[in-house]
Amino acid sequence: MATDAVVVKRSAGRRFAGLFHGRPRLQIGSLLAAPMAWLVILYLGSLVVLLVTAFWTVDPLSGSVIKELSFENFEELVNVPVYREIAWRTIRTAALVTLTDAIIAFPIAFYMAKVAGRKTKALLVVAVLMPLWASYLVKIIAWRAILAEHGVLNWALNPIGLHGPGQGVTSVWLVMSYLWLPYMILPIFAGLERIPDSLISASEDLGAHPFTTFRRVILPLAFPAVVAGSIFTFSLTLGDYLAPKLVSNEQFIGTSIFDSITNNQPFAAAFALVPIVVVIAYLGVARKLGAFEHV
Amino acid sequence: MRRREKGSPARTAWFVVAGLVAFMLVLAGCGGGGSSSGTSASGGGGEELQKLGKGEGELNLISWAGYVEPEWVKPFEQETGCKVNDKIGGTSDEMVNLMKTGQYDGVSASGNATARLWAAHEVAPVNTSLVPNYKTVFADLKDQPYNTFEGKPYGIPHGRGANLLMWNSNDVKPGPESWEITLDPKVAAKYKGHITQYDDPMSIAEGALYLMNHEPSLGIENPYELNEEQFDAAVELMKEQKPFVGEYWSSAEQQIEGFANGSNQVGTTWQYQYFALKGENEPVAASPASQGFLPKEGATGWSDTWMISVHAKHPNCMYMWMNYIISPQANAEVAEFFGEAPAQEKACEHTENPNFCSEYHAEEPAFWKRVYYWETPLAECSEGGETDCMDYNDWVRAWTEIKG
Repeated sequence: MATDAVVVKRSAGRRFAGLFHGRPRLQIGSLLAAPMAWLVILYLGSLVVLLVTAFWTVDPLSGSVIKELSFENFEELVNVPVYREIAWRTIRTAALVTLTDAIIAFPIAFYMAKVAGRKTKALLVVAVLMPLWASYLVKIIAWRAILAEHGVLNWALNPIGLHGPGQGVTSVWLVMSYLWLPYMILPIFAGLERIPDSLISASEDLGAHPFTTFRRVILPLAFPAVVAGSIFTFSLTLGDYLAPKLVSNEQFIGTSIFDSITNNQPFAAAFALVPIVVVIAYLGVARKLGAFEHV
Repeated sequence: MRRREKGSPARTAWFVVAGLVAFMLVLAGCGGGGSSSGTSASGGGGEELQKLGKGEGELNLISWAGYVEPEWVKPFEQETGCKVNDKIGGTSDEMVNLMKTGQYDGVSASGNATARLWAAHEVAPVNTSLVPNYKTVFADLKDQPYNTFEGKPYGIPHGRGANLLMWNSNDVKPGPESWEITLDPKVAAKYKGHITQYDDPMSIAEGALYLMNHEPSLGIENPYELNEEQFDAAVELMKEQKPFVGEYWSSAEQQIEGFANGSNQVGTTWQYQYFALKGENEPVAASPASQGFLPKEGATGWSDTWMISVHAKHPNCMYMWMNYIISPQANAEVAEFFGEAPAQEKACEHTENPNFCSEYHAEEPAFWKRVYYWETPLAECSEGGETDCMDYNDWVRAWTEIKG
């Protein structure tokens, strides 16, 4: 009767639970099935589609994709000098942006982590995070106005006989360095905070010059954090297309992909593999430098 | 106790990725067979509409900036009950790509998009008997190679105009009368960093047009039909221009902003930007009416066509739109708003400026001989059936190289 029904119900639930008993692989498998499906099918799957598309071509007039295996896109990428130039320009800018951000971010992060009091520290963290609240497109357009011929930069520079960079690679470097700075400050800040103050005191007690302490104690310990930050600044610059479109007249990998997407998607896919390869190589180097030790 | 598997997680991950790649490659191979067998005819697609039915209540358009504006869209919506959703296309390439999504009913395509849309089977022939206003469209806009394929009309002419040379009248004095200000390195150097050029392969035709006038030995007759020697010369000219270009603009808004903030001082533009800047009292000028709005070499230009998608979900609304936009009143409004010559003869009686049509040479076929409408460059030159012309792919590639 009523009690019977409860017994039956329980046993169904138990039987279901029993399925998992003693089967740790099934337990973990069913727990991870949904996120793994997301990662493998949607995330890696779309990368695979990209890879496959790179081997297709388009019909010259209609622009329709011809789904036949061909190495035409890769031959063009390698043989036409302009694409090498674009790739090189992009990688060079990404490296410069990374270097600039590292140089600016380190003192800020150091002050935040080791010098500032609790209140100032909180205030600085908010100040670093604040720009991330505004849309990145808005920030680029604001820079466009700043760098404009009649913009605020020229207004400030003209009286002392200087002129802003106008539209060009220099502007891209400036804008990107601004955009990705928080992504460099935060990892370095986190890395520096992890260095115990006692190590610095010990170095001082042993009579080390502050510069020696910095060079022999702080820098080696914080270096993996700098590399971690550089992954962000480098790969974000490598893939961006809006900043080059809006503040320069030069082509970058991102803008070339954007331009090709409208009439030659397979070529765009092939070009998109270039930053992927570069970033994989970069990650390999970063791993060697210990960027992932604390992840 | 069961024994643990030996494989490391990294190795398992590689197996998964390798498996996926193999699977996708198989999929890619299968896809190839299916799609290539599906396309047999040379171009176009679908059947023309035989009878106009009731409006479907909605209409999805792709248009150039300034072609679909509330002033004339509202009356259309009230009249037909078709709610208009408009997507602005910045370039012809973008329009072709948007049309390929199959989500739009129609597009205001320029001559450098029409042939490609037709070849990609994206547009359907138009039954002009269902578009009563078509009868009074200017004769020299009908049955043109850019709107008629294999003898069938594939669209309704919208209007035409020339690409303008625009300059900031404070910075550029006196007003230029020739394209040399942007294309002759000696003259252009004066405006280094402040010249602006449309970011589209069609800009190469501007170089070709310039050479047509200044290097007659090249024998260029049509700036869109260039053999290798002529093409290389035009590309070389555009490469020489590159160091002086401040911005290759790809959207009307971008250029308006560039001229307003002083970064751009002289360059190619459309009437839309010119009038928008004028409306903001910016000090811009363009070739005056006394020069026929054209620099002395003539100009590249466009003759636009409303085309209907083969995938149109609202074909009746699209036919109503095509008829409406060339109705005398609406065509006059759009022509005057944009600053182009109307396609509709009777529109000239409805313009607010009574001299509008004569100022824009709407009724003078001879004038339009100096305006070279955008075309899709094809390998086959129209004269003598030669096939040594550079095709659109060559143009696209060259444009990337020009920008460096």
